[in-house]
Parts: sequence; structure tokens; C-alpha cells
Amino acid sequence: MIPLSHFLILSAIIFTIGIVGVLTRRNAILILLSIELMLNAVNINLVAFSHYLQSITGQIFVFFIITVAAAEAAMGLAIIILIFRGKAFLNVDEINLLKG
Amino acid sequence: MVEYAWLVPVFPAIGALINGLFGKKYLRDQSHIIAVTAVMASLFISIIVFADIALNPIAHEIKLFEWIVSDNFSAYVGLLIDPLTAIMIMVVTGVGLLIHIYSIGYMHGDEGYYRFFTYLNLFMFFMLILVMGGNYLLMFVGWEGVGLCSYLLIGFWYQKKSASDAGRKAFIVNRIGDAGFILGIFLIFGSFGTLDYSFVFANTHLINTKIATIITLCLFIGAMGKSAQIPLYVWLPDAMEGPTPVSALIHAATMVTAGVYMVVRSNILFSMAPFSLEVVAVVGAITAIFAASIGLVQTDIKKVLAYSTVSQLGYMFLACGVGAYVSGVFHLFTHAFFKGLLFLGAGSVIHALSGEQDIRKMGALARKIPATYKTFLIGTIAIAGIPPLAGFWSKDEILTSAFAGGHYLIWAIGLATALMTSFYMFRLLFLTFYGSSRVDHEVEHHIHESPHNMTVPLMILAGFSLLIGMVVGFPPESGWIHRFLSSVVGSAGGEVHEGAGHHLSLGLELGLMALSIGVALSGLALAYSFYIKNPELPKRLAARVQGLHQALYNKYWVDEIYSVVIVQPILMISQFLWTFDQWVVDGLVNASGWITILESKISEMFDIYVVDGTVNGVSDTLDFGARGLRRLQTGAIQNYMLAMGLGIAILTVIFIF
Amino acid sequence: MPSVTLTAILPEIILTALACIFLVAEPFVPKEKKEWMGYFSIGALICSGLSLFTLWGRNITTFSGMITLDNYAIFFKGLFLVVSMLAILISVRYIKIEEINFGEYYGLILFATVGMMFMSSAADLLTIYISLELMSFSFYILTAFMKRDMRSREAGIKYFLTGAFTSGLILYGIAFLYGLTGATDLGSISAYLSQHNLNSSPMLFVAIVLLVAGFGFKIAVVPFHMWAPDVYEGAPTTVTAFLSAGSKIAAFSAMLRIFMVGLGSSYDSWWQLLWLLSVLTMTLGNITALVQTNFKRLMAYSSIAHAGYILLGFIVASRIGMAAVLIYSVAYAVMTLGAFTMVILLCRQNSRGDQISDFKGLARTHPAVAGSFVIFALSLVGIPPTAGFIGKLFLFNAAIQGSFYWLAIIGILNSTVSLYYYFKVVMVMYVQEPQDVAPLSFSPTLTVALCVMSFMTLFLGLYPEPLIRAAVQSVQFFL
Repeated sequence: MIPLSHFLILSAIIFTIGIVGVLTRRNAILILLSIELMLNAVNINLVAFSHYLQSITGQIFVFFIITVAAAEAAMGLAIIILIFRGKAFLNVDEINLLKG
Repeated sequence: MVEYAWLVPVFPAIGALINGLFGKKYLRDQSHIIAVTAVMASLFISIIVFADIALNPIAHEIKLFEWIVSDNFSAYVGLLIDPLTAIMIMVVTGVGLLIHIYSIGYMHGDEGYYRFFTYLNLFMFFMLILVMGGNYLLMFVGWEGVGLCSYLLIGFWYQKKSASDAGRKAFIVNRIGDAGFILGIFLIFGSFGTLDYSFVFANTHLINTKIATIITLCLFIGAMGKSAQIPLYVWLPDAMEGPTPVSALIHAATMVTAGVYMVVRSNILFSMAPFSLEVVAVVGAITAIFAASIGLVQTDIKKVLAYSTVSQLGYMFLACGVGAYVSGVFHLFTHAFFKGLLFLGAGSVIHALSGEQDIRKMGALARKIPATYKTFLIGTIAIAGIPPLAGFWSKDEILTSAFAGGHYLIWAIGLATALMTSFYMFRLLFLTFYGSSRVDHEVEHHIHESPHNMTVPLMILAGFSLLIGMVVGFPPESGWIHRFLSSVVGSAGGEVHEGAGHHLSLGLELGLMALSIGVALSGLALAYSFYIKNPELPKRLAARVQGLHQALYNKYWVDEIYSVVIVQPILMISQFLWTFDQWVVDGLVNASGWITILESKISEMFDIYVVDGTVNGVSDTLDFGARGLRRLQTGAIQNYMLAMGLGIAILTVIFIF
Repeated sequence: MPSVTLTAILPEIILTALACIFLVAEPFVPKEKKEWMGYFSIGALICSGLSLFTLWGRNITTFSGMITLDNYAIFFKGLFLVVSMLAILISVRYIKIEEINFGEYYGLILFATVGMMFMSSAADLLTIYISLELMSFSFYILTAFMKRDMRSREAGIKYFLTGAFTSGLILYGIAFLYGLTGATDLGSISAYLSQHNLNSSPMLFVAIVLLVAGFGFKIAVVPFHMWAPDVYEGAPTTVTAFLSAGSKIAAFSAMLRIFMVGLGSSYDSWWQLLWLLSVLTMTLGNITALVQTNFKRLMAYSSIAHAGYILLGFIVASRIGMAAVLIYSVAYAVMTLGAFTMVILLCRQNSRGDQISDFKGLARTHPAVAGSFVIFALSLVGIPPTAGFIGKLFLFNAAIQGSFYWLAIIGILNSTVSLYYYFKVVMVMYVQEPQDVAPLSFSPTLTVALCVMSFMTLFLGLYPEPLIRAAVQSVQFFL
């Protein structure tokens, strides 16, 4: 049986990769994907906990996260398309009209 | 009749409401009818209340309605009418009414006429709330309210940049004091569970000396702001940008004395904290002599009076600090009359000279505006402390108390201040009304005595300045006012009375009295020799001690010092935080980028020399990440998220380890 | 079969139903009749309020403990209904001027309101998460609602990306909390933590930091605040107003429940964290506000500072402190909405109206509007007799009662500093000459809203008794 800590470390690594992706990627869609990575790290965590604690709540939580993440992606793409229509590029570092 | 005391503040509130709502459209230049009537009604009720209290000097508590009541918090909108309140409402409504009447003439034709009376009535309302409130919360409401009105009235001629700046300065400086006051209030609540005076003063056993000291120091910080004590006095001289009646009412007679009122009101707490009393006395004494010395060389007629006010307020705190609360109130009382008179007189002079305020451009006005001159003379003698006018009695009492309490240094400072006071006031009088005329030519033709509605208030105030000191304060130390106020300060316990109820021999007392008269007269003589007999002397003296003269003339550069030490740094910090984004966050990002590059370089070395191509991937990733991080410096959104990430990391590190 | 009490969520059902109808009916409503959707929304909000009112005093736990309807929840729900109503009232004309007059606008406002309402009664991390997202999603769209405006779009993507990133953080925190205790409902979490003596475990602390970061983002706590000025500036002003009042308070309501109920037993491991954040937040917010020239940005920093004040009530963690949070929330909502209404009034065909210089001479041309702004400014600074003063009075008093003297001193000094920038705007209104004579964007609904807000700001200051009583009764179920 695989110990719990393995799952936690895996999820931590994926979460960190997600964060680094969010912080370093220029393309808004890739940032969105990195955020999805973070959410899936959380899902792994929850499922692992759920299994080891013998409690079903964590897995139910995962369903909700997946659903919400889908909605989030849809909305994110809509907003990104809005930006794309105005600027014809998706680099977030060039979106800096509002500052100070 | 005391039950009807709540009407006193209601009338000005109604007046302000009517003028505020209908003034612009309907009342316009008739606004004063409402305003003056309202104050008159207030005065009428005040007199009745005062008479009632005078016959039977006990405290009445009137609870109007529950403002805040929760499990452990209670505050009533209620009034406390005791002898101290009775005296204060007489000063506020009495002097207030005269100044309202005076304003009819002074503000005549101003486009903001209705606005002026609205603010003035609003001020009266808040001032009365301040002195009549039965708890600290209501005092605070009044306290903030008068601050607001003062701000509105100083900046009344808002077209003048200096006026609006002065208004803002007053408000900001006052807020610093208020921060202390609020803290004091909360501490009182924390210790007593209520803010009602009656409970707090009857249950002082609930706190020890240490807490009493902290509470009273906080309260005193508030008083320093409102009553313009060092180091928070800077706003008062600037406040002279407001119309002169405002200077007379708010910045001389009433609002600025709120700090003294508060200290006297809390005298039971202050008496529990000897250290606080010492602070009060020292701050008062230093302010007195500091402001008086600045007043020696000022050339703006209102500025001289403003510094004089600061100095006299210092006197009042000095009195409180040595435990002579009644003498402090006594001085507050007489000061309201003669300083109100002096300001209104100054207003009359300014009015006569079509707005000229520089005393170097005055002179020889005694015959041209005789009524103003005579009343101004009375005011000057009163403040200089020459018997039998009002100022002598109260000032002498303060000095005697200081001496009797063993505060010899403070007594000496007080005496020196008295000399300066007498000097600068007579200097002002001589430069304005005597000598040769230095008035500009085109102005000279228009010099005219002010209308009756301005001179009559002057005469009434002059009458009070002449007599009031003797009437209420004779014989010294045991005059009517002492008997009247004994119930307010009497319950403080024996130890305070070492200052007030001293045991000086009659001879010594008379000797001290003679000394203060002598000091006042020598101030007069000095001013006479400087400005009448030998007008060249001041210039030579100024040249001789140029440094000192410059320091005094520039008010010890306090404003400039404040600007450099306080205002500029705050603006700089603010600018710094503002550019935080562009500099610091970017810097952090750059730094992390460089570190990663360094790492990737090292791993490249590893790659080449230690490990072979199988690990190339790692190095590539790092290098790629480094390039990515480097690009980050322009990505605004990512900066924000980076700040969040760093925040989380730092917080976790701080709190886990 | 667990018991389900539908009446407990009747107020939300009403709003959800109407919002769904709006989404379907939008294409069939002619352009010039869209404002009727706004009026319908107000009607629905009132109905919802009435059904809420009947629930006062009952303590219902339903949906297997996912939803708790206590006075605390009802207090906040009522506040959200009022905020939402005021937001719609000030929107009707504004969205026509900005040419975003679509029915979805009202629908999304209703959805956001439903999200907020569920947040205040959610008793399980799952419901908290979902309602938080419901609210956030509505706001992401509303922020980017001015499709043709580059600033609005930019604000939208900034808010969305940072918000999605944050929900990742919150979820990671929730996962840890679940892993530690094996439960997601707040009551069991608290019980487990104290039973197994886990109140100082590092994992709990990581979870707390992540939750604080997540909610700190919503309430704009330093250093999670950086999105706020940009989004406030770019979003349509009515949305900004709704965002600053509604979203922030909703996050507070959920956070307070999490920290008092779920993590109440581990108080010792989080109060220092919040202490630090509170001090940072109020200081940085106030100082940065000093140099702003854009009024919406200024208000953003001001609202950051106010978040710092409200955190005081968390740190005290007593009944007085919680009541203070409730009281301050009401005061904050009214005065912030009021201040933003100024920008909406100033927004005309030829100007965005969000620069401080746009306020020039307003006192001369519109004394009543200027006067009401003075009331809001006094309240924001905390000068009696206004609602803001009562709020600060209770917060600082709670801090002193809890022996957090330094916190109280720092807070009081901060509110002293804040005077400067609010009155900078007042001075511009009263001192400078008016430059633009174009009439203000008045509308009957906006006038009503402005009157209500000025009146409430003053009334709650003069007679705060009912508010205080309601707040005290609302927190009785806690602690």
C-alpha cells in the first residue's frame, strides 16, 4: 500500500508547478491551464485524504471542484476572447493600462 | 427650571437648520434675524438655569434618551447641569450673542451671509453640547462638531487659498489631539464600564494611579490639540484667516477653552495622577512664555492676539496643573470677555481701515475711532493684569497658587509671561492708536467708526472686562466663584488643595499681588518708552539681537520644522509605497530571475562536467524558467500574484518557525 | 433521509428564480424596457427581504448541516439585500450611459447576491466554497461588462486570473484542513481539533495561512490586495460600488464564521497572523491613498484600510468584537456605496468622472450632492454623529476591552491620517471653481438611493440603538 505522504508530496509538487506556471507564463490561456493544475493537485490531495480517512466527503468535494473548474474555464476563455478581440494578443504582461 | 436646560442647545440647532435650508433662497441678508433670535432665546434660558444653580449649587442630571445600550456599554444622551456647566453656558451664550450681533455689521454685504450665520449657530449648538453633555461621549460629539464648524468658518472665505489651507491645518492638527482624546475615552470606558460623569467621578476607587495617569495624559493630548498647547498650537495663529467674529468667538472665547473645560471637568481623575498634573503645569507654563515671546514682535494685529490667546490658555493649564482648577476657570471666564473684546476691537479697526491688518500701517487712530479705542484700551488693561480690571484678579490668583504650591519655577515663568503680556499688548495699543499715522493714503480718507451694532457689543464687553473680575473674584482665593464651584472641584479630596487652599501669610500674599501689579506696570512702562517716547529704540534693539528677533519674528520656525520633520516624510513614505510596484516588486522579480539564471548556469556546468545528456532536461527547464521569470518584470498581474505567493511564504515561515 | 427545510433558503430561491428568468427572457425584452428588469429585481429583493424577516430569531440547521440559518446569517443577508437594492438603484441610468443596458446585468447582480447570502449562512467548507465561487463568477463577468472599454476588459481579466489563482489557494487550505480533521463542516472541525489537541500543528497553520490568503484576497488585505485598485478603477462604477460593499462584507461574514466556529479553538495559532495583517493593511491602505489622483483608486485604498479596521474585530474574538464587525459592516456598506455614487453622478457623456479634479466646485453647482458627500466623508473618517463613528467606536472599544492597546492606538492614528485624503476631495469641491457645467447624471432612482444612504449614514450615527441590538442578538449563537 502506498503511504499517504507520497500522495501529499505528489500533490505538493503539482501545486508548485501550477504556481510557478501561473507566475511565469505570459499567455493567458497557459496561466489558466496552470491554475487547473493547481486545482487538480488539490483534487489528488482530497481523494487521498478521503481514502485514508475512510470518509466520503473528500471525494464529493472533488466532484464539486471539477464542476466549478469547468465553469471557471468557460468563463475565463470568454474573458480572454474579449481581450483578444481588442488587442489580438494574449500576453498578460502587456495588459497594464491600470496601474499605480 | 433646570429641567428645561435641554432647550439651550436646541435653539441654535433650529436656527442653523432654518438658515441652512432656507437661507440661500429666502432669508439671504435677513439671516441674522433667525440666528440672533435663536441665541437670544438660548441666553434667556441659560440665565434662568444659571440663577437656579446659583441659588442652589448642586448637580442636576437630565437623561434624555438612551443612545447606546448594550450588555456592557451604556451611554445616555443626557445633560449634566452643575455650577461649572452653568458658568460655561453663560460664557458661550453671552459672549456668543454679542458676537452674533457684532457680526450683523461686520459681515454685512458678504455673499455668504446666510452661510456664515448657519455655521455660527451650528457652532453654538456643538459648543453647548460639549459643555452640557453628561458624559464623555457627548463631550466628544460636541468636541468634533466644534472642530468641524471651526474648520468651515476658518475656511469661510474659501476663495482665499491661505484661508482654506488654514482650515485644513486646523482640522488635521486637531485630529492628532483627538486621537489622544478618543483613546482616553475608550480607556475610561474600559476601566469604569460607562462614560457618565456621575458614575466615573463617584467611583474613582476602580482605577489605580497608573491607569489614572495614562487616562489623563490621553485626555490632555486632546486638550493640547483643541486648546492650542505646545506642540499642537500651530493651527491657532493660522486660524486667524477666518472672519474676525469667528476669531473672537471660536478662537478666543469659547472653543479653544474646551480643553481647559475638559481638564477641569475631569479634575477628579487628574488629581489622582500627580505626574499628569505636573505635565499639564509644565506644558501650560512653557506654552505661556513661548507664545508670549512670539507675540512680542508680530506685526499682524490678529496674529498678536492669537499668540496672546495661546499664551493665556497656557496660563489656564498652568493653573489646572498646580491644582488651582477654580482659578483656571476664573481666568477662562474673564479671558472670554476681554479677549473677545480685543478681537472684536481689532475687527473694528480692520473694518475702519478697509481690511488692513498690519500694525506698521496703523497709528494715531485714537481720535478717529474713539469708541473702538476706548474699549480696546479697557481690554488691554484687563489682559495686562492691572487692577481693578478683570484680568488682574484671575491672573494674580493663578500666580499666587503656583507660588503657594511650591512651584517656584512655574511661578517665575508665569511672572515673566505677565511682563511680556503687558508689554506686547501695550505695544499693540500704542502702535495702533497712538503716535503718528502710518496709514496708506487712499485708506486714510475712508477711516470711519463702525456702526452701532458693532460698537455696542464692544461697550458691553468692555463693561464686563471692567467689573466682572472684581464682582466674582473678590476677595482673592475665596471670592464668589470659589464658593460657587466648590462642589465641582471639592470632592476631589484633600491633597489637591495644597495648591488652591494654600496657607500664605497675608503679608506675603499682598507682596505677591504688589509684585504682579509691578510687573504689569513695568510692561506698560517698557512699551511706552519703546513705542511712544523713543520710537527708534525697537529697531536698534532688533538690530542688536538680530538672531533672537529673527527667531521670534519667524515664530521659532516651528511650521518649517514641522514641515521638514513630519509632513515631508509622510509624503515621501506615501510616494515610496506608491512606487512600490514599479521598484520593489520588480526588483524582487528581477532578483529571483537572476538567482534562477545563476542556478541554471551552475546546473549547466554540472551538465557538462559531471552528468551527461540525460539530465539535460532539468537544466533546460530551469533555464526556461529563468527566462520566463525574467520576462515577469513587465507582467503586472503576475506581480500581484507573486506578491501574494511571497506573502504566504513569508507568513508561513514567520509563524511556523 | 436527512431533513431539508426549504423555507430556510426561500429568500435565495426567490432571487435565483428571477435571475434565471432574466437570463431566458433577456432577448425578448425590448431595449428601452430593460430598466423594468431593474425594477423587477428590486421587487424580488423586497420579497426576499420579507421572507427573510419572518425567519428572524429561529435557529435552523438544514441540508445535513451544510446551511445554518441563525440571526447572524439573517443580519448579513438583510445587509446584502439592501446593498444589492442600492446598487440596482444607482445602476439604472448609469448602465444606459455606459451602453451596457442588458438584462444580464441585473441577473448577474442577483446571482452575486445569492452567492453572498449563501456565504453568510454556509456552515460547511463545501457550501462556503461554492457560494464564494457563485459570487466571484458573477463579479468576474460584471467587472468586464463594458465590453468595448479596454479598462473594463483589463480589470476583468486581472480579477479573473488572480481570483482563480486564489481559489486554488483556498482549496489547498481546505484540503489540508480536511486531511487533518476528516470533516468539512465547521462544527466537527472545531471539535476534532480540540479533542485531538491539534491546535498548534504546522499543517493546521499552513491551512490557516492559505485560508487567510484566500479570504484576504476577497477582502483586500495586504499583501493580497494588489488587484483591488486596478479592478476598482476599471470596472463599471456601479459594479465597483457593489464589489467593494457586497463582496468584501460577504467574505467577512464567511471568514468570521470559519474563524469563530471552525477555528475558534485554535485562536492562539492565528491571532498574531491577523494582528500583523491588520496593522499592515490599515497602514498601507491609508498611506497609499494619500497620493492618489483617481477617486476610484482612492476609494480602493480606503476600502483596503477599512478591511484592516474590520480585522480588529476578528483579533479580539469576543462577542463585542464580533458585534463590532457587524456594526462596522453596515456602516461601511452604506458610506462606501454613497461615496461611489458621486462618481456615478459625475459620469457624463464626455467624462468618466472618476478623477478627483472632476469634483471641482461641486459645492457651488450642487450643494446638496456636495453636502451628502461631506456626510459620507465624515463617516468614512469616523467623526460623529455618523454611522462610521459608531462602527469605529465599537471596534476600537472592543480592541481596548481585549487589551489590544497597540492595535487600538495604531487604528486611531490611521483614522487620523485618513482624514487627509477624504477632505482633499472635500476641499476640491468647496474651494475650487467649477469647470464643467454639464448637468449631473441624475435619475429618480439614484436620487432615492442617495437620500437613503445619506439618511442612513446620519441616522445610524444619531440613533444606533436598533442596529446595535440587532448586531448583539446576531452574535449570541457564537462563542
